[in-house]
Parts: sequence; structure tokens; C-alpha cells
Amino acid sequence: MASTLAVPILRQADILIVTLQGDLGDAEWAKLTDDLLDRVAERRTRFAVLDLSVVDVLDSFACRTIVGLTNMVALRGPTMIVAGIRPSVAFAMVQLGATLPGVATALDLDHALSLMTHG
Amino acid sequence: MDDQGTSVSSSRQISVVSEAGIVLARQAGREMAAGLGLAETDQTLVATAISEVARNIILYAGRGVVELEVTTGARGFGLRVRAVDEGPGIADVELAMRDGYSTGGSLGLGLPGARRLMDDFSITSQPGHGTIVTMVKWGGTAVPVVEGASS
Repeated sequence: MASTLAVPILRQADILIVTLQGDLGDAEWAKLTDDLLDRVAERRTRFAVLDLSVVDVLDSFACRTIVGLTNMVALRGPTMIVAGIRPSVAFAMVQLGATLPGVATALDLDHALSLMTHG
Repeated sequence: MDDQGTSVSSSRQISVVSEAGIVLARQAGREMAAGLGLAETDQTLVATAISEVARNIILYAGRGVVELEVTTGARGFGLRVRAVDEGPGIADVELAMRDGYSTGGSLGLGLPGARRLMDDFSITSQPGHGTIVTMVKWGGTAVPVVEGASS
């Protein structure tokens, strides 16, 4: 459980797509952060999408990590969009008081991609 | 409902000694909440609250245990979560229950956030002896499955 499951990072033209495969532990979030910051340097990445559609829990630590990751990616140049937060997870985040300040979000991966290609 | 309708207690203990224990505890909590018939949103609230209190164990006590137990009451079945540690304790519980207060470099949402996520919440802490957080989410409908029985 503590082993670092690799989170696949796919590239489509100038967009990186990161699809989380489930519930991540702290070490996996840290590895994802490192991996994504490495990958955005490849070619001319303009956007990154973090697809959370299968993630069933985001605690305050995960929220803080996502905000940090978004800011770090932005400092490198690309814009990151978080997509697919489940309704139940959104509800829990609001109850918890954990929000994602400054993070662009989209309903799902398709919506995120359309935001990128059509402004 | 194949267990005659009597309340069958079912419990689990998850040792939290590393960050991996946080994941195990919240996943076990979600499984038990699902087994009790709690709605998906409530399962997520439970998992999130467990994650917060389990993280506090790691942050402040280093090690502890999360106990999950089916309970019954006027509101039917519920899942009781107890997060127990023998860490330094909390000198000012009232202060620790305030949003944004943290001595551990976190967002300070853990305890007040967990209270909002659950139906019942209580905390007892003795400086030098440890902390026990007890919280319940009600709304279970199913007769809990006995540990070890097929579900």
C-alpha cells in the first residue's frame, strides 16, 4: 500500500494528461509532483490536466498538495486544470473547509480539453 | 438482511504508525460505512474525517490506532471511529478545535473539519498522556455483516 504506484502521465500534443488511478498516499502525491514537474519541461507543454474522476477521497493534505502542484506547474509556464472532482468529494471538501484557491477546475477531462483548445 | 435483524457488532483496528496507515484507515472506514449501507456521500465524509484524525496521530503522536466499530442508537446503525494515541496531548482543546489553528504546519482544518464531517464528535486529551477523538456517522440501514462472513 505504501509502494509508490506510478501515476501515468500521457502527452497529447502540448497537453499533459495525468489520470490518478485511485486513492493516493502522501508518498505517491510527492512522487507525482516530482514526475509532473519533470515532464512539463519536455517539448512545449502548454497545459496539464489532473484528472481526479476516480479519486474517492481528498483530505486537507491532498488539497494542499494540489494547490502547491498547480502553483509549481504555473511557475514553470504551463497552466494546470483539475478535472473530474466527484460530487461526494466536492461535498466533503466544502464540509472540511478545504478548498483549492487559485486552481482552475473542469467538470471532466473532455471539458478540460475543450477549455484548453477553445480558450 | 440475512442476519435476523439483531445488531451484530463488527469492529476493526488499524494501527497508524506511518503515512500508509492513514490510507489503510480511511479505506477500512469507507468499506465498513458501505457495509452498513451508508450513502456514497456519507462514505466519503467518513473516509475524509478518518484521514484527518489519522494524520493528526502521525503529525503529533507519531503512532496510534484507529478503531472502527458498528454502533446502534436511536438513529439506527452508525459507524463509530475512535482515534487513540499516547502522544503529547493537546494543552488547549478549545483552541485546537478552531479553524486555521495548527502547531504542526498544516492548514489547521483537521479537528474542526472532522467535526463538521461527522454527526457526533468528542475529544478528550490529557497533556502528556494522549488524545482520544471519538466520532460517529449515523444513517446505516443494513444489518452489519459479521467479520469474516462473506458479504
